[in-house]
Order: sequence, then structure tokens, then C-alpha cells
Amino acid sequence: MLKKIYSVLGIISLVFIISCGGGDETKTPEKAPEPAVQESNPLENKGIGPIKQVTLNPTIDEKMVDAGQKVYKEKCTSCHKEYEKYIGPAPVGIFERRSPEWIMNMILNPEEMIQKDPIAKDLIKQFASPMANQHLTEVEARSVLEYFRTLKK
Amino acid sequence: MFNRLLLVLIFATILFGCSKNESGNGGAMASGDAAQKVYVAPGSYDEFYAFMSGGFSGQVSVYGLPSGRLFKVIPVFSVDAEKGYGFNEETKPMLETSFGFVPWDDAHHPKLSQTDGIPDGRWLFINGNNTPRIARVDLSLFETVEIIEIPNSAGNHSSPYLTENTEYVVAGTRFSVPFPQKDVPLADTKFDGTLTYIKVSKEGKMEIAFQILVPGFDYDLAHSGKGKSHGWTFFTCYNTEQKNSLKEVNASQNDKDFIAAVNWKKAEEFVKQGKAKNYPVSYKHNWIDENSQIAKSEEIKSVKVLSPADCPGLIYYLPTPKSPHGVDVDPTGEYIVGAGKLSADMAVHSFDKLLKAIENKDFEKVIDGIPVVKFEKVVAGMVTKTGLGPLHTEFDGNGYAYTSFFITSEIVKWKLGTWEVVDRIPCYYSIGHLMIPGGDSRKPWGKYVLALNKITKDRYLPTGPELTQSAQLIDISGDKMKLLLDFPTIGEPHYAQALPADLIKPKSKQFFKINENTHPYKTATENETKVVRQGDVVRVYMTMIRSHFAPDNIEGIQVGDKVYFHVTNLEQDFDVPHGFGILGATNAELLIMPGQTETFYWEPKKVGIYPFYCSDFCSALHQEMQGYVRVSDKGSNVPVKWWVGEQAKK
Repeated sequence: MLKKIYSVLGIISLVFIISCGGGDETKTPEKAPEPAVQESNPLENKGIGPIKQVTLNPTIDEKMVDAGQKVYKEKCTSCHKEYEKYIGPAPVGIFERRSPEWIMNMILNPEEMIQKDPIAKDLIKQFASPMANQHLTEVEARSVLEYFRTLKK
Repeated sequence: MFNRLLLVLIFATILFGCSKNESGNGGAMASGDAAQKVYVAPGSYDEFYAFMSGGFSGQVSVYGLPSGRLFKVIPVFSVDAEKGYGFNEETKPMLETSFGFVPWDDAHHPKLSQTDGIPDGRWLFINGNNTPRIARVDLSLFETVEIIEIPNSAGNHSSPYLTENTEYVVAGTRFSVPFPQKDVPLADTKFDGTLTYIKVSKEGKMEIAFQILVPGFDYDLAHSGKGKSHGWTFFTCYNTEQKNSLKEVNASQNDKDFIAAVNWKKAEEFVKQGKAKNYPVSYKHNWIDENSQIAKSEEIKSVKVLSPADCPGLIYYLPTPKSPHGVDVDPTGEYIVGAGKLSADMAVHSFDKLLKAIENKDFEKVIDGIPVVKFEKVVAGMVTKTGLGPLHTEFDGNGYAYTSFFITSEIVKWKLGTWEVVDRIPCYYSIGHLMIPGGDSRKPWGKYVLALNKITKDRYLPTGPELTQSAQLIDISGDKMKLLLDFPTIGEPHYAQALPADLIKPKSKQFFKINENTHPYKTATENETKVVRQGDVVRVYMTMIRSHFAPDNIEGIQVGDKVYFHVTNLEQDFDVPHGFGILGATNAELLIMPGQTETFYWEPKKVGIYPFYCSDFCSALHQEMQGYVRVSDKGSNVPVKWWVGEQAKK
């Protein structure tokens, strides 16, 4: 008897869930559709955030590298090691995988990137721990980027 | 079908009946209209911050108005295991006194710092009554950053009631005792009282400037003058009979007691002239260093004391009926309202008349060098046909005063100048203080009055013998007061203060910058984490970030060691504190804000494996944020080792 009641309850809740789900489907989504994963060329993805365009000089700015290394040590090394995977991925060789804009947006705007950016969304599946916002300034993030340019495989 | 119709009809009748009751109850019951006025939609902000004393909880609670939502309990005079306040090594010195570490007090009157007589949102001061102290809360942090003990004092009730530009906070003795303390018979001995002025620096730091030695009456409440009366402070006192026993009867004999009017600008001159005597004392001054976030406790051994007999013009007594409690100064600074709690009528004194009476020497007598001004020469008017047991008055800035009446449990609205009563509203039950946003300042924001009630009896679901105390929000924007909302409070709400949220919200600190952290045991990066043994003292330099500790495995700790975990939260983001707790520890958790270092003291007593973990939910991997300490026997040869991750460090 009890079993019967449970199965009836189950069916009712199932119907409820289905009908609710159906209701959602008929709604027009409020947000614009997310950009498709640019599997073919991730370097074209600039990410989401304040950084729209970064120009990298052919010569590396050593002063900026020093500043960047200092910021990196203070704010990033709890989760990133230069040459090995730790809590998050290793930055070595990152310019082969990501655009400079994407890297800076991930540093400066991780919450939104994790929610919306296809690569960032994919990363959180691999690494579980979401990137923390360490509140770097744009200048600091740019210097960290310059430091990353000096990491050699 | 018919049955159902009948039910609907019955239900409608009940509803209708209810709404009829509301209108018939003089606005005593909140209506649907009231619900709209206090509704702050999810995700929206309140208009006012309200800071309410926790009374015997020793703390301050922060509420939003008009919603009555509780945001935070700020630990002030009592230890708070939730925040580690008084348990971690950094905050323990905050509760040091000349009597040793005191984990509790009775917090009474929150007062917001003012500029030009208007609350400015920098700090909140509050007095501790039992072990006389004044605390300062920094309103960018919502944390207690300073506590100063008051020497030559007992029962610090008439406090902190600061001056118009936060030049001083004040303290007065509700309990008189001998100064200096000595062993004397209780029967028929008359003790001493003091009124203390504590200078507040531009940065907020407190320093006792001087004390005034006064007859040992019970100095109950105070308010400093404003506008024309800036430069003066008014203290009520009762027990002018100076009885030491059965005060309930014996302290209520005189028809009039006093309001003491202190000319503190004159006092400054007397101190400059060298009229003050240095008294040997011992008291503690504790404050938190802004950058290291470590409290220091300093002993101070001398205080300057002025005697009225040596300082003509320093202080006067204004006769006031009968055992006056609150003394409240209207926004213009002219009227000084003395709420004689055992009198049927309330006396309102005039500041202009006081100056004139002093000029004409209209004195009836002199007590210990303090002239008593003739009552009829200082009183501006009497508020009659009020209620019973007047306690406190606040102002709306539109010419009206609102007085709480404890015995008749109501707020009475009356007009300044004509003294006529224009409205009254019952409170549930036994109101003590009342509060209008900015209601004791030069420019009240008005809009609401908050009743702070001592007794709730049948207002809420019962919770055993101890019931909540409460606040009641009342709309004062119209001619008639209208009850809007009841909400429970922490401990006993004595006084409260409120100000527009915009004066604080933009300044609210989001996290401590790790680069500015000067804690001597800070660990700036995970690479610098270490465990250092010196004899039986072991210091663990630990970091935390979502969601791991470094190190999270520690070996080489021995039974009887004195272990200090110096834990630095490396997060640099808003709203990411981490906690720290360890199995069997006899203190409390750490709750470490981003960029802060806090220290947890631990003496392991038994061998074993001791897990530690983060107690404040921080991320999806919060449950994984844990580690182990291996505790070996005393003298064991297990070396000190620590690591995080698979690779063991040296």
C-alpha cells in the first residue's frame, strides 16, 4: 500500500517537474546566446572583461617583468606554479593556448569568465577550484602577462 | 459546494473583523499599509543603518531600517567565539583591564561620531557600565578598534554622549565609591563621583584629558550641548540623598535632584592653568594597530583631576524633579529636557536662562563648591499631563519632541516651546530608550522613531522563561504616530543610533590589502610557509586560500608544546573569510578576513592525529579544506616536517 502511494507521489512529482521544465523551454531566453566554443582557434577568443586589446612589443620590458614576477609571487602562487599543474594550470607556454586579452580578463574578471566564457567554463570542469579574484589592477595584470612571456619550456 | 462557500464567508468575516480592530486600536496594530512601508525587496538595501546596544550581551547589533533586518553583531565588551574575538592572540589585549582580562560587560549607549553636531559615519562609541570603559568601533570595518578604561569610576552609565565635533566623549559615575579606593565602612559613608572627559584625536584615538571630582550622587545620563550650548555637557543625577542601601526607597526622598551642567571649555582653561592635580591610578588603554591588526594594551598611571571648589564657573547644578533619568538637548541647543522618572511633569530648562542666572548669581546654595541655580531662574517650561515614568526624549527637527514613558509604556509627542502634548502611542511593553535617526543631533533625519522595549511578554512565540526584548518601528512622518513593525533584538537594547546608509556604505572596507599587512608573523606567499621550533614553542606560518591550507600536513609536534598557528588569509576579494578550528582546542575558531593574519594558540595534551579545517564555507571545495597535525610524545624523535601536496618538504 505504502509503495503504491510512493509511486503515485513519484508520478505526480515527475509530471510536475516535466511540466515546469516544459514551461521554461517555451520562454525566450533573456540573454544573448553564448558564443560557440572556438575549438579551432582559442587564440581568437579575447574573453570577457575590461581588456579589449593588448599589443605585445617584440622586445620584453624587463622592468615590467620584475614588477609582474613580484605580483605573481604575492597574489598567484598559492594556486599556480610556473612549470607544473597545481590548484590551477601552469602559466608556462600559455601564449600558445590563450590570447593575451583572455589571460588578462581571466585575472581581472574571473567570476564572469567562469560563468560565460567557453574556455573558462571548460577549465573549471578540469580543475574544480574556480579562479579567485585577487583584485589586481590592470597595470599589475599587464605586468604579470609580461612575466609570463619570460617563462620558457 | 455550499460548505465551501460558507467557509469562505467565515474567513472573510474574520479578515474584515481584524482590519476593523486595527483602526479601532489607535494605530497600535500594524496594517497592510505598514507592511509596504517596511518592505525592502530582496536584494535591495535599507535606507538607514541602526546601531543598537546589546545591553548585557556587551555587544552592538547592526540593523537595517525600515526592514528591521539584522546584519551583524559587533563584539565589543564580550568575547565572541564566532569571530574569535577575545580568543585569538590578536584581540585578547582588547579586553585587558586593571582587574585583568574581563570577558564581559554591560554595553549601554552607542553614540555616532559627529561633525558640526551631525553624525558623520566615522566611528561609533559605546560605554561599558560594569567595568567602566568606552569602546570605539570603526565604521569602515564594523569592528571594535579601541577600548579605554576609566579610572576613578564605577558604573559608567552617563557615557559616552560626545561633544558636537567629537572633541570629547564623556563618562560619569552611576555608582559612587571612594577615590582612591580604600577599605571603609559601608554604613553612613559618603563616597565620591567623577565626570570624565576623554579627548578624541582626529584619527579617533582616545586619551583621558581630565576628571572632575563631584559629590557621590548617581550620575545617570548625559548629553553634550550643541549650537549655542556647544562647550557644555549636561549630566543628570539622582540619589542626591547619598544613601548606600535600599536606594529604591532611600534615593527617592528629595523632590528635586540635579542636572549637572559642566562648562568643558572652562575646564580646558583650568587644566592649562595647572589647576588639575595628578592622581596616581592604574588603567588600561587598548587599541588595534591598523596595519598589523594586533591589539596592544598599555597601562597608564596618572590622571588629571579638577575640584570644583578650585575652579569657579566649571560646573553648576540645575534642580530637576525627581530622580531625573534622561537629559536631552533639542536641535537648537536651547532646551535641556530632564526626564524626572518619578515625577508626573517634565522640566525643560533653558540654556539662555542658565547663562543669565549664572551672570546674576541666582543660586540657592553651594554644594562642595558647586553652585545650585534657582529652579525658577532656569526652567523654561513644564510638560504636563504626559504619562508616568518619563525616561528619554528625541527630536524630529520639526519642533516636536518624543518622550518614552516606561510605566505607562508609551511614546508621547509634544511641542517644544508650547509644551503641549499632541499625540501618544502605546509600546509593547515597557519602553526604555527611543531613537529617531539623528534624533539627538543638530539635524534629525526624522521619519521614524524606534521604541526599545524591555518586556515583550505575549508579543512573540514564547521561548521558555527568557523572552526576547524588542524594537518597534513607528512612522512619525504624519501628524499621528503609526506603528509599522516589531522585531526582536540582541540582549537588552538600551540606546541606539541610526544614520542614512549612504554615510557609511561607500566607505565599507572590502578586504585588507596583503601588501599593507605588517603582522610580524604574516606569511606573504605559500612558498614562505614553515614550521619553526624554539624549545617547546612551535610557530606554524600558515596560509589559506580557496580551498587549501599550506602547510596542511605537519609532523614533529609534541605533547605539551606551545603551538602558535599564525594563519594568513591570502585572498584578495570581497566576502571570502576563512575559518580555522582544530580538534579538542579549548579556545574558539579563528575567522580571518582576506589579507589578515590571526593567531591560534594550542597546547596539545595527548598523542594522536589532529585534523584542522576551515569552518566558514568558502567554495565548492570547502569540505576539502582540511589538514592534519601529528602529535607525538614529549621527547619523541619525530622531526619537524611540513608540506602541502604530495611532495614532502625538508
